[in-house]
Amino acid sequence: MADTVTLAVTRYRPEQDAEPTVQTYEVPYRKDWVVLDALNYIKDRVDGTLSYRWSCRMGVCGSCGMMVNGEAKLTCATFLSHYKREPIRVEPLSYFPIIRDLVVDITDFLTKLKKVKPWIVREKEKPLAEGPSTLRPGSGQALLGTGEYRQTPEQLELYKQFSMCINCMLCYAACPVYGLEPSFLGPAVLALAQRYNHDSRDQAATERLERCSEHDGIWQCTFVGECSKVCPKNVDPAGAIQQYKLAGAVHWFQSLLLPWGTK
Amino acid sequence: MGAATGRAGPKNPMDVFSHDVLVVGGGGAGLRAAIAVAETDPRLRVAVISKVYPMRSHTVSAEGGAAAVIKPNDSLDAHAYDTISGGDWLSDQDAVEAFVREAPAEMLQLEHWGCPWSREPDGSVAVRPFGGMKAQRTWFAADKTGFHMLHTLFQTCLKYEGIQRHDEWFVTRLLEDEGRCQGVVAVEIATGKVQAITAKAVILCTGGCGRVFAFTTNAAIKTGDGMALAYRAGAPLKDMEFVQYHPTGLPFTGILITEATRSEGGWLLNKDGYRYLQDYDLGKPEPKPVLRSMELGPRDRLSQAFVKEQEKGRTLKGPYGDYVHLDIRHLGEKLIDKKLPFVRELCLKYVNLDPVKEMIPVRPVAHYMMGGIHTDIHGATPLAGLYAAGECACVSINGANRLGSNSLTELLVFGARAGRAAAAFASTQKEPGPPVLARAHDEQRRIEEILRRPSGGPERIAPLREEMQKTLEESAGIYRTGARLQEAAGRLRQLQERFRRVSLDDRSLTFNTELLAALELGFMLDVAETIVASALARPESRGSHQRTDHPARDDKNFLSHSLASRAADGAPRIQYLPVTITRWPPGQRVYGK
Repeated sequence: MADTVTLAVTRYRPEQDAEPTVQTYEVPYRKDWVVLDALNYIKDRVDGTLSYRWSCRMGVCGSCGMMVNGEAKLTCATFLSHYKREPIRVEPLSYFPIIRDLVVDITDFLTKLKKVKPWIVREKEKPLAEGPSTLRPGSGQALLGTGEYRQTPEQLELYKQFSMCINCMLCYAACPVYGLEPSFLGPAVLALAQRYNHDSRDQAATERLERCSEHDGIWQCTFVGECSKVCPKNVDPAGAIQQYKLAGAVHWFQSLLLPWGTK
Repeated sequence: MGAATGRAGPKNPMDVFSHDVLVVGGGGAGLRAAIAVAETDPRLRVAVISKVYPMRSHTVSAEGGAAAVIKPNDSLDAHAYDTISGGDWLSDQDAVEAFVREAPAEMLQLEHWGCPWSREPDGSVAVRPFGGMKAQRTWFAADKTGFHMLHTLFQTCLKYEGIQRHDEWFVTRLLEDEGRCQGVVAVEIATGKVQAITAKAVILCTGGCGRVFAFTTNAAIKTGDGMALAYRAGAPLKDMEFVQYHPTGLPFTGILITEATRSEGGWLLNKDGYRYLQDYDLGKPEPKPVLRSMELGPRDRLSQAFVKEQEKGRTLKGPYGDYVHLDIRHLGEKLIDKKLPFVRELCLKYVNLDPVKEMIPVRPVAHYMMGGIHTDIHGATPLAGLYAAGECACVSINGANRLGSNSLTELLVFGARAGRAAAAFASTQKEPGPPVLARAHDEQRRIEEILRRPSGGPERIAPLREEMQKTLEESAGIYRTGARLQEAAGRLRQLQERFRRVSLDDRSLTFNTELLAALELGFMLDVAETIVASALARPESRGSHQRTDHPARDDKNFLSHSLASRAADGAPRIQYLPVTITRWPPGQRVYGK
């Protein structure tokens, strides 16, 4: 590549644009620059009107997801040098309503997330005062207590990968089912439901399964698997959903044959 | 937790939301505070307002762990002593005692809420060593501790129906009347609507201000907003001269490589492959990590050692400045993948280097503010109704240098304390009255004026911001002198002047990030002035504040906190407050012995 690179960036300002347009910008090419660095260059030196979200620049806050040459990417981890042909197209994440330029509305995800109860549910809580297994707080003395929920490394391993979701929305932007059927709970929400189902401290797996088996849940997934491919954190939502379907089928079968045995 | 639906103020053309307690900032401290309010009194209307979705907050980037005494061979007093000596005796010891006492229960609470703590084979919570700590007491979730804590808190928050959220709202000023904080004015980022949000108590949990420096681990959002909001409202900023440089950041990006690399046994090597820390009174090199020794020394001493090594010409040269090597190859792939997977991921993705096979280039990087909004042990500021917790606050437990893994615990302990105190205060207060709404109108006009300024004016945001960052880097970095600080103070005054003429390209009301950048720059300039003024006013060297023109610690005159208040001309005025000493009289900081 030459010393500069051209970015073709989606622009949309609802006050003045009936629909999104494309604006091209020429920015310096540097081999250690990511797409986000190029956007920041534009914002700071060329055109202060370009809007996008970003924050940590280390792939963990989940803010800077965009479509780069048609693929859902974290722009902070996508190097300019990866692209051989110009212009590099930068667009807002697919399937979400666009608020402005590269900024999309993710309210839908937050509404759905809450529906699957992504928190630990227990009938009865251990009192904190009993302390972690090796300490009684307040005493300064380390003594055996019973306040902690023990969880072996093997038990942790069962849900760990699903807990790595950074809510970056790349999986939704890659999911053709979500594109066609916006009611679909979607990959990240279902993976996060599994994260709690598989946690040995939780007791609401059956309740979540029933919720996720409704019309907008697991059965909508046609196992395209794009969600797992684009996930920057190696979460496997497609796998989570397949596991879930199996559990759902078993649950349905049991409730049919053994209606007294599933609660 | 639904969309916010406060009561509108019918007599007022400006929409008004009203809450009992308003938490500004949705990171670890803010979410913990909001839950504490909800649990203290479920009838209280509590809301979290944040310029980003809460799970984007910078707590997410914390890696190494969170300290709380748990092992049989450890004690609360040992944690307190490590914290106090690590802070070079500037910590308030009553606050430290409360902190270490409440830390284990707070950490356990997070365990109950589902935080995926790394575990011992028997299922009990595992702990790792950390810099400056004499016992293993740092709880961790691999090397993504902050990420897991934040998501656990955020997801747990969703179950409290009483907690409302204003996501992507930017607070521009505090509303204050009759000596009491009664809410905020904020811009709804998606629509540009400027609105008053009244509250009987406000808790600032907005994080630090690392972005005033050019080279920082801090996310783009860390622009000192809450510090500046408090300062402008008359609440002083404490100990702002104490800025932590983390010894191991990746050159160019400033991405943090966690201290856990060293607690697991990583080495810092100069250009000759020599573990240079042995030359700086930090102990003898041993093959295995030794607590409070060498690479497990405190961050201030390690960052200072880098500069000395650089002066001796023993660092390496790179396109983004001098660096040294962090070597973790000898830990082996299995341990790295189990305990430091994020370090490997960051190195592979961002510098195309595999730390299993190659050494990691690192250099000190601005990381954390020990200073912040002056609060008491309950998170209360001197302005009635205003509370603060987390990095934006200064209680102070961190003194002149924070120990790694104390800040994540701090935001739980003091987030919860501030939440409880604000809830109690709010229960005794009346609804805010009309005068605060008049002030909200003034603020609305101020924002509109910025948006209306003609484009193409003499000053743009980015050059001013870069000049501020360069000024801070050169004057208020690892080593400082009175002369350079004096010059920096003058330059910041000029930048303030030029900032008044800044103009925007963007007039849109929809998601106008340029307007936010301008408001953030205004906040940062105020905070930067307090850092420089406080550093200039302290002619001694203590912890992270090293004055080469005054190299000794001066307990006779400066065993005290600085308090920066905004004077009538807008410049900071510095006063002092004695340090609270309970059981640990000032002594020498000894490492490697």
